[in-house]
Amino acid sequence: MIKNILNLGDSAIYCDFGSEVNKEINHEVIKYFKTLTSKNIKGITNLAPSYNKLIITFDLDVINYKELVEKIINLKLDEISETASKRKKIPICIDEEFALDIDRVSKNTNLNIKEIYQHILNKDFYCYMTGFVAGMPFLGDTNKNIRLKRLETPRVKVPKGSVGITEQFCNIYSYESPGGWNIIGNTPVKVFDENKEENPILIEPGDSIQFYEITKNEFYKIKGIK
Amino acid sequence: MSIEVIRPGLNTTFQDRGRSNFYHLGIPFSGAMDTRNLLITNKLVGNDRDDAVIEFALQGPKLKIKQNNINCVVTGNVNFTFKKNSKIFNGECYKTFDLNNNDEIDIISTNNSMYGYFSVSGGFQIEKKWNSYSTHLRSRLGPNKGNKIIENDILKLNKNLKPIIKKSVQYANSKIEFIRVIKGTNFDYFSKDSQKYFFESQYQVTNLTDRMGMRLDGYKLNNIKSENIKSEGLIKGVIQVPPDGNPIIMLSDHGTIGGYPKIGVIISADYDKIVQIPPMSKIKFKMIDVSNAEKLFKLYSMETKNILDQI
Repeated sequence: MIKNILNLGDSAIYCDFGSEVNKEINHEVIKYFKTLTSKNIKGITNLAPSYNKLIITFDLDVINYKELVEKIINLKLDEISETASKRKKIPICIDEEFALDIDRVSKNTNLNIKEIYQHILNKDFYCYMTGFVAGMPFLGDTNKNIRLKRLETPRVKVPKGSVGITEQFCNIYSYESPGGWNIIGNTPVKVFDENKEENPILIEPGDSIQFYEITKNEFYKIKGIK
Repeated sequence: MSIEVIRPGLNTTFQDRGRSNFYHLGIPFSGAMDTRNLLITNKLVGNDRDDAVIEFALQGPKLKIKQNNINCVVTGNVNFTFKKNSKIFNGECYKTFDLNNNDEIDIISTNNSMYGYFSVSGGFQIEKKWNSYSTHLRSRLGPNKGNKIIENDILKLNKNLKPIIKKSVQYANSKIEFIRVIKGTNFDYFSKDSQKYFFESQYQVTNLTDRMGMRLDGYKLNNIKSENIKSEGLIKGVIQVPPDGNPIIMLSDHGTIGGYPKIGVIISADYDKIVQIPPMSKIKFKMIDVSNAEKLFKLYSMETKNILDQI
């Protein structure tokens, strides 16, 4: 449930679902997000779901804070159907060429490489939110034994497609960008394709994914590089 | 029917009124930084309010027209010249002028402001991406493959189906004493002194300012709550405070998720004004509440409508 509704400036509503990060709370956020998306309320311009908050922006020429809060309070929530939240399989290559921080992860967790990937491959990960940059999914939760801090000095350039872990989360760098997550592999698929608005691989908030291992050859084949 | 780019300028992109409904995928609004000037530009050349214009920052482009009878306009506070039949004229903003094949327009600089706009009657032959003509460089989204306009680009034009009517309007970006701000969701994270001096001291706009955000320098804000906020959504106009205590204002191309406390949010009526403030300027914030911000937005909307009605 929403614990508190506040204004964020004059043209956004800030719905606070609590301070904890867990699937149950996030599931509530996603329920509101999906319901509001399907209701198509006039004046809403954007919805930003995150771990435990939902920010709703609106067009002040169409609706104001009070009017929209009323609608949010009286909202009848849709149950999330199985089809609304998709399950996707994402190929990942864990060759040392791509697993840039695997030695660091191994050292800091006291697990060998095989044990680490047992916690990553073919395990269900839930998408709490997508963003920061286009298409970057914040996935969780990782097993308690592989939870680490970020790199002390972030990389200036993390290669596109890199899969990284930090704390209880796992993400995919949808663009080459600076970043401090522990990189353990790379996916050749474009999780965000700017040319495809109907993008089948895009991981949206509420979706579930599994990583499956591919070889280096398969990696380059999917990338289209021979 | 086209325009050749001789010099692109510093940060020249296609923009429209922005891209809605994709925050949840990490795609911000983008769009023209100064919405009012976008609307005025489109109206002056007889285009639709949702059409794209060319936005430039500080230094604008130098363009060569490759077609007869092109009706152009430049808006903002901008110095520019145009070369017509080999003669050079000083340009006047907010006043349409027509150019012929091989004529040139040289947008030299914005004057004590950040952004200016250029468009032509009929508009540019470009495609919408994810429902908008706006360029978001970070996700490479928009016309021109999501890139800035660069040297030697050929900008194709639509055929202008309407008769050319000379138009002009009197308008100048209003000067403001204060940027008005509503308290943010983490206002109580900051010490009493910081809450006070945030509104009482001056901040300098630094060079680290672009379409994504504006970094300020001044009184260092002291976060007295030890806990960090969990990453959550951001909107344009939010003022975040990272651990160094210097506020950052999120602007139209901002990252959609962030974890710094939000001390305030710029009111909608002042957004067009804050984006136009160039680096090294000093600004001061003034606290106001939502109902007053709503009133000021009504006033802003009415003013915009009045200007557009004069065209």
